Amino acid sequence: MSDVIPRSMPEASLLPWAPELSGEPAAAAPPPRRPRPGFGAAMLLPLRLAWRQLRAERARLASAIAGVLFACVLVFMQLGFRSALFDSATALLSAMRADIFLMHPLTTVSFKPEMLPRIRASQAMALPEVQAAVPVYLAQATWRNPEDGTRRPVQLVGFDTESGVMDFPGLAPLIETLKRPDTMAFDLRSRPEFGAVPRLLAERGPFQVQLGNRQMEVVGLIEIGPSFGADGNVVMSDVNFRRVVKERQASQVDLVAIKLKPGADPAMAVERLRAVLPADVRVLSQPDLVAHERDYWETATPIGFIFAFGSLMGLIVGMVIVYQILFSDIASHLREYATLKAIGYSNAFLGRAVLSAALILAVLGFIPGLVISTLLYDVVGKGTFLPLEMDLSRALSVFGMIFTMCALAGLLAMRKLRDANPADMF
Amino acid sequence: MQSPIQLRGVTYAYGTGDLARPVLRDVDLTVAPGEVVLLTGPSGSGKTTLLTLIGALRALQQGSATVLGQQLAGATERQRTAIRRRIGFIFQQHNLLGFLTARQNVAMALELDPATTERERLARASEMLAAVGLAEKGESRPDQLSGGQRQRVAVARALAGQPGLILADEPTAALDRQSGGDVVRLLRDLARRRGVPILMVTHDPRILDIADRIIAMEDGRILPANEANSASAA
Ligand SMILES: Nc1ncnc2c1ncn2[C@@H]1O[C@H](COP(=O)(O)OP(=O)(O)OP(=O)(O)O)[C@@H](O)[C@H]1O
Ligand SMILES: [Mg+2]
Repeated sequence: MSDVIPRSMPEASLLPWAPELSGEPAAAAPPPRRPRPGFGAAMLLPLRLAWRQLRAERARLASAIAGVLFACVLVFMQLGFRSALFDSATALLSAMRADIFLMHPLTTVSFKPEMLPRIRASQAMALPEVQAAVPVYLAQATWRNPEDGTRRPVQLVGFDTESGVMDFPGLAPLIETLKRPDTMAFDLRSRPEFGAVPRLLAERGPFQVQLGNRQMEVVGLIEIGPSFGADGNVVMSDVNFRRVVKERQASQVDLVAIKLKPGADPAMAVERLRAVLPADVRVLSQPDLVAHERDYWETATPIGFIFAFGSLMGLIVGMVIVYQILFSDIASHLREYATLKAIGYSNAFLGRAVLSAALILAVLGFIPGLVISTLLYDVVGKGTFLPLEMDLSRALSVFGMIFTMCALAGLLAMRKLRDANPADMF
Repeated sequence: MQSPIQLRGVTYAYGTGDLARPVLRDVDLTVAPGEVVLLTGPSGSGKTTLLTLIGALRALQQGSATVLGQQLAGATERQRTAIRRRIGFIFQQHNLLGFLTARQNVAMALELDPATTERERLARASEMLAAVGLAEKGESRPDQLSGGQRQRVAVARALAGQPGLILADEPTAALDRQSGGDVVRLLRDLARRRGVPILMVTHDPRILDIADRIIAMEDGRILPANEANSASAA
């Protein structure tokens, strides 16, 4: 051994804890209890220990991060699809801008409405705060693609476009033109299978398209978006609607849209309408109408469950991976943990170290997971026409889930710490 | 001056009920302040068990043990953890944390003291490493050190926390003669200078000369002093 072992040390470097040798008065009995560590030290020291331990084994750290990242991306995609599908499911109703709607109480979803008598619209006018009430007709008809001639069902919305009761984005400048017979406005966000209508319109102006058994003229564009029930939408006047859907009686309507007088309180008006109208109509504000539709897709279809299940699976897989990593980390360092216990570290401290490791993994996996998911939203959203967008509240809630997932894995792995018995150290 | 270790009638058995196997029988032991005591005896005589009881690593079953002023009989887990912080342990293996440098390993013994700052801890760790002749090795990881160097880091760690007592179980077992002897003498010198008593289990006849007193155990009992000396001479 070549190292020089110092045989003497200068007195000054002596640490003063040998009063019986230095001649100082001996402290009475046991030394005073040390103060409890401050909150910062109690949290930061285990965190640092955990980080140093994780950092020491790069491959294990990388696979743990990959596990968290995987769970993170999976959950983001599931939640993204879920909300995109629900958003698009309600696209048509969200685009219908009126104050209050009347609907048949048995209507569960807008693409298969139960009809209600048109007279309810007139009855609603009895209330002084109602400015106007118009019937809305919904139906599907086949659209022939003006480019390649293929046929595809499209959603038709017919109502008195002049009345100003209901608005769609982009409708206002078309109101005059839509008064002409056999005209319609096309939803520019319809799927491309209907043909490149916006481009054709820009190139040649209004043009003829076969809708049902009739030649109709596309005169302009509105913006709605595809939904579960419909890949594309067209809006027209109620008169033109009945020309396309000949079997439809004008007295049977699918919805009634109501516009209130300026200054009227919508909530109050809803209450009053409920009191006035017979029980064969349901009175809903516009947000409630959208919520009703969304509720159908969430509860009456397995869609909500499928995505919740997918997210849960992602979280469970992630948790198992993190647990495995933490567990084997503890198992392979049992001697070291036992040593720490032997030299006076408490179980609580070591538990905090394991939890810290879990939380470090949560953060290190979440950040790239967020970036990758944002990119994927963009790519997948463009490919599927689904409105996939990263928003802060979803990012926060996914972080919450990943955090919980890692914390649970940490709590499970912590049980392994009990196997570190300091008495086995000698 | 109070004795750092005072055992009265300590009896210990592994297992319970019919399976109980007594390992320690009615052990009395007193270690004086600053005293260096070696514990020898045949394999299975209960030396390690005795050391783990004194080190509060196991709960006492019978008898009384006062270590650094704390009665261990009936002590809670929390009290035992607290007393362990005031004892320097040196194990057969160095038991350093593989992912920490030598200096960080020594500083780990100081992080238990909330009154210290990170700066002080690292400074003290460096000081202790210098005292064991490893001033240059502070940034090395345990796997970059020789066995003797590792055990010296362990000595530095045990002493860094200003312990009131050092407990060591065959600290030379994993070392060759030369480095084993060096480490033990270093430990003795550093502890002496600080007045810290040492209780060390050893089989190594070459280091018996460092002791103030040698105690021999056999079959769970401490032999009377004259037999102890003849046992160690054998
Ligand atoms: N954890 C345990 N559980 C059950 N029996 C044990 C345990 N540890 C030790 N023993 C038994 O207790 C007896 C005393 O063991 P101990 O380790 O104290 O002996 P020792 O004097 O240190 O021996 P050595 O010199 O071989 O280290 C032995 O018979 C051993 O088999
Ligand atoms: Mg032993």
